[in-house]
Amino acid sequence: MSELKQELKEKIIEQLNLEDVAVDEIQDNDPLFGEGLGLDSIDALELIVMLDKDYGIKLADPKEGRKIFESVQTMAKYIEENRSR
Amino acid sequence: MKNDYFIQDYCHIKDNSVSLNGTQLFTQESTDFNAFIKSAYQHFNTDYPKFFKMDRLSKMAFIAADVLLKNGQHSIEESQNMAVVLSNRASSLDTDRKHQESINDQDNYYPSPAVFVYTLPNICIGEISIRHKLHSENSFFIFDQFNADHLWHYSNSLLNTYKADSVLCGWVDVDQDKYEAFLYVVSSKGSYEHNKEEITRLYLTK
Repeated sequence: MSELKQELKEKIIEQLNLEDVAVDEIQDNDPLFGEGLGLDSIDALELIVMLDKDYGIKLADPKEGRKIFESVQTMAKYIEENRSR
Repeated sequence: MKNDYFIQDYCHIKDNSVSLNGTQLFTQESTDFNAFIKSAYQHFNTDYPKFFKMDRLSKMAFIAADVLLKNGQHSIEESQNMAVVLSNRASSLDTDRKHQESINDQDNYYPSPAVFVYTLPNICIGEISIRHKLHSENSFFIFDQFNADHLWHYSNSLLNTYKADSVLCGWVDVDQDKYEAFLYVVSSKGSYEHNKEEITRLYLTK
């Protein structure tokens, strides 16, 4: 799980072009949206594509993302339970 | 048509350099566009994290507008009703190609939403408007080449009909390894006459 969380932090920084954020600045339970990393709605869509492309998880309802993308911790837990690759 | 307007300031981005009113403010030799524009962002202490999410056309338009509006003569009051009129040749082709690459292969079909949102040229006007809190008229035109005549007519029309107090206008074009920005501010006062000949002369200034 900790390896997956590290991997997610690296992917989030790279794929969302967070040039001024370092991996060790993202805590497992930091909120990804709003006060935390300040991600926006387009970033949320990018995360949905990332789940599909890298972990074989298709979100049928984008609203599910609200819970899943709360933090790196919640993302990692959901991926561990649902991944097909 | 009434034409007692002036060009306040103009900014060029081309050949790895950024200049304001003909004076070079930043240059970086032997580098590609991506490295150059990132260095320019850092050089001008831009401090706008969303910059890194933009496509190349928006990054260049954003830096050119930032240099003009932070260092130029315009007042904050004028910015309240500043129209934006931009133009180019390649539209958003630079980003369109990137999007196309992501959807070419049906077995590896993962279009990026963050890329897709930049597949329109006028998105760069949105980025400038958000940054500088501009809420007025805006337009983006596609021409084969820089069209001083059209920009002159259109900005005069906006000013004459009181649709705007000033106009940020010009040319922002990115296509593969070629890029060029020439932006200027038109208002009721300024250092250069606002006519087609002068616009062309400033555009051609090194």
